[in-house]
Amino acid sequence: MNVSRRGFLKLSGAVAAVSGLGISLKPAAAHAKELKIKYAKETTTVCPYCSVGCSIIVSVRDGKVVNTEGDPDSPINKGSLCSKGGSIYQMAVNENRLGKPLYRAPFATEWKEVEWEWAFEKIAENVKKSRDASFKKTNAKGELVNRTEGIASVGSAAMDLEECFTYQKFLRGLGLVYIEHQARI
Amino acid sequence: MTNHWVDFKNSDVILIMGSNPASNHPVSWKWIQEAVSTRNAKIICVDPRFTQSASKAHLYAPLRSGTDIAFLGGMIRYILENKLYFEEYIRHYTNATFLVNPALKLPGDNKGVFSGFTNGKYEKDTWSYQTDGAGVIRKDPTMKHPNCVFQLLKKHYSRYTPELVSKICGTPVDKLLEVYKLYGSTGKPDRAGVDLYAMGWTQHTVGTQNIRTMCIIQLLLGNMGIAGGGVAAMRGESNVQGSTDHGLLFHIWPGYLGTPTASLPTLKAYNEKRTPKTKEKNSLNWWKNFPKYSASFLRSMYGMNMGLEEAYAALPKLDDGANYSWLQIFDDMYKGKFTGFFAWGMNPACSGAHSNKVRQALTKVDWLVNVNLFDNETGSFWRGPGMDPAKIKTEVFMLPCAASIEKEGSIANSGRLQQWRYKAVNPPEEALPDGDIMSEIFFKVKELYEKKGGPNKEALTKLTWPYGKMAGKHFHYDPRKVAAEINGFFLADKKVENPTKKGEFKEFKKGDLVPTFAWLQDDGSTSSGCWVYCGSVTPDKGILPMRRDTADPTGLGLTPGWAWSWPVNRRIIYNGASVDLNGNPWDPSRAVIKWNGEKWTGDVPDGAGDPGKGRPPFIMKPDGVASLYGPGLADGPFPEHYEPLECPIEKNLLSPQKNNPAIKRFDKKGVGSDLDVYSGVTSCDPRFPFICSTYRVSEHWQTGVLTRWCPWLAEMQPGMFVEVGTDLAKEKGIKNGDKCIVSSARGEVECTAIVTPRFKPFNIDGNMIHEIGIPWHFGWITTKDRTYNPGDKKAEVFTHGDSANLLVPTIGDANTMIPESKAFMANVVKKGVK
Repeated sequence: MNVSRRGFLKLSGAVAAVSGLGISLKPAAAHAKELKIKYAKETTTVCPYCSVGCSIIVSVRDGKVVNTEGDPDSPINKGSLCSKGGSIYQMAVNENRLGKPLYRAPFATEWKEVEWEWAFEKIAENVKKSRDASFKKTNAKGELVNRTEGIASVGSAAMDLEECFTYQKFLRGLGLVYIEHQARI
Repeated sequence: MTNHWVDFKNSDVILIMGSNPASNHPVSWKWIQEAVSTRNAKIICVDPRFTQSASKAHLYAPLRSGTDIAFLGGMIRYILENKLYFEEYIRHYTNATFLVNPALKLPGDNKGVFSGFTNGKYEKDTWSYQTDGAGVIRKDPTMKHPNCVFQLLKKHYSRYTPELVSKICGTPVDKLLEVYKLYGSTGKPDRAGVDLYAMGWTQHTVGTQNIRTMCIIQLLLGNMGIAGGGVAAMRGESNVQGSTDHGLLFHIWPGYLGTPTASLPTLKAYNEKRTPKTKEKNSLNWWKNFPKYSASFLRSMYGMNMGLEEAYAALPKLDDGANYSWLQIFDDMYKGKFTGFFAWGMNPACSGAHSNKVRQALTKVDWLVNVNLFDNETGSFWRGPGMDPAKIKTEVFMLPCAASIEKEGSIANSGRLQQWRYKAVNPPEEALPDGDIMSEIFFKVKELYEKKGGPNKEALTKLTWPYGKMAGKHFHYDPRKVAAEINGFFLADKKVENPTKKGEFKEFKKGDLVPTFAWLQDDGSTSSGCWVYCGSVTPDKGILPMRRDTADPTGLGLTPGWAWSWPVNRRIIYNGASVDLNGNPWDPSRAVIKWNGEKWTGDVPDGAGDPGKGRPPFIMKPDGVASLYGPGLADGPFPEHYEPLECPIEKNLLSPQKNNPAIKRFDKKGVGSDLDVYSGVTSCDPRFPFICSTYRVSEHWQTGVLTRWCPWLAEMQPGMFVEVGTDLAKEKGIKNGDKCIVSSARGEVECTAIVTPRFKPFNIDGNMIHEIGIPWHFGWITTKDRTYNPGDKKAEVFTHGDSANLLVPTIGDANTMIPESKAFMANVVKKGVK
């Protein structure tokens, strides 16, 4: 993506102003301090929290997020963010993110790290078993229903639009009718 | 949202009721403030609690949780009595003139219910319209006939006097009148008013009718379709608009096509039943196009792998009249009906009403797949409070997924604006985008069915999935391909007549993108994953949600070149109602659309035919006009005040019918389970004397599933609290900072007391009634004193307390089944005090 020249100038101005206010360095030292987004590559995103749709600039250097801040070009937020939107940095730079698939066997007391391939295969076997055992071709009245009654799904407004479409495709292809998500609660 | 966030700046009066945008949609306040600064707009806030929004309002009125219909019903009465309504607007653009069946009985004459109530539900035959021999609805343009909608509306709300409303809501009469007068001032053509609502209106047994009441007010005042008007549903998640549009609910396919039921065995029967018909000669009745959208959706599922009828038959059908929604899922799960469960990007162990029931239900499934960014109370339910893992059979897969900045794709905000997000960095370690994960699972299941077979296997194996390619060991999902699929393609070469220019034809080639949904076909020659998004991807300009043009030609903040909004990039829906019958804007200074003699300028026009041709503008309604009278709902054609299921008073002061008669009670024999208990239903329960409502704070989001793991946010809001009014705190011996136990008939949760004048007791018909409030963002997984196994993730800043939903009842709205989290009965005591 391209941040417009106008937007970039506004943005750099905003950063400088914040540094000047928020950090108590001596004037000389402050002058010498380099912008933390120097040499960084910028992309835009939209805040994943509430539904206002604030635009955010993400600055990345050497594959790491070094800064996130409000996108001044957005006609919606014009550079502003709330406390949550302002913390997106910590979503990416966070040691507590899950990095490996975890598995908990029946009656086990702990998680076990597993390989994706193993997890996918085991989930697929479970899905097939549950589906085959609960599949109803017809209902009590004898009407064609072609549905899987033994599996339910909730989620998710936290996914992208494209993923929502794809997910409902998968679920309905499986025959699920118990399909719900955040919109209901 | 009918309008969009920036449009708040065009309002003259902003009614904040059922929401708290200053805390929960903070950046929207920029535009509320803009209206105040530039137009001298006035802000009204109506809320049980003196919220952050209330603190910025010009006028604050308290009301008891769960009495919004009484409050707004009183406003309807005031508007009608004082003739503040916009007469020309309602005569031409609403069903005010329609004559209703004389057999209809209103609750005031029928013991609090509408006619037709039998065996716990309504038979709606007396709610119908009168028609002439040709089936056309009979109307009285003078709106004086006693059976016309306008007169019925007057009669129905004549009972909602300020004195009675004040007794029900606990709002002083003078405050009521002040609000009514100020908001009623927007009934003039050059004044605009908007209501901002959120879960404060939906999470009630009368949730849908809360919103209906406001819609009636907005129509009476001519506020629908205009800049600065509308009804603003401020949604709680960044893409809950989009996920709803794309049918992740039991009752709808993408694009709001009702899920087929068992009594409709063929696509033909389904289309026949679901396509509305009208005898109103000028009505466009847009949903007449339903068969084009259903056929195009089926093609987006199976392409040419199946015929349309075959595809329809292959997909699952609901039993007629059955409900498969949230509360039902966890009830069925608790009773052992499911062996498998996906909790994908969700944390129901904290977000589900009566979380203890949800957590118990999770022990009954054989396997659970939980996809999330962090460890959470759902994936780890088996080691939560009160659980003995050695006795829990559930096999759990907790799959790590990419965060929003670690993949690309789009989301739709409350203003229906679809914006694209780009990938900034890779996800941590082995975490994958959701799209990759679901594709991998799909391919594995498909492979098993191809090898081993199984019932109706083609429904799965014949799904098309051209959504990416293998990259190394994994399938790499490509959202750009899916965006095009959602838009839709021509699947065969075809010559099509221009839907807006008779006699003009356009030739399409197989594989061409469909320009807009007006070009979709019912014969299987087009696909479209979600018809309302058709037009979002074009051959020359690509994916329109990527656009970043900030130009604002109208000055109204429509910015038509910034991203893309459905439908057809229209920024204000129903804008055909912003002009008079001759195409002139009601308010020329705020013209959303304008006829320049040849064509419409401004926003993409909605429902506006050529001026003077008489087309009514609400084209999604079969009869072309908006519904003051709404016979389609489960619980009545006009909203009527009923008490919350759990309530602090013995009877409904308005009628002998205490609760919404059409709700589903899970405590009835043969319906719910042993865990479905309510308090204070038949009479007040002294164990739980206070009204309790849940809400949010700025620093956390939903169950806190993400935000509790972010140390900056956890530091700012570190845990569960209860807001207790000063008087009640004194009575209960509670001081600021005391540890307290808040309990309901279903559970309890430990909270830190915030003693505050923000809650004041309500005077309800002479009784002092207290309300308390709790946030719902917390959960045990990020607390300090739980058991940590080696390798467990440990929050950098701990939070304290568990979910507010442990207390919430399993009772839902009569139409949507959204749980009543905003008004239930509870107790609060200092910890250690009985």
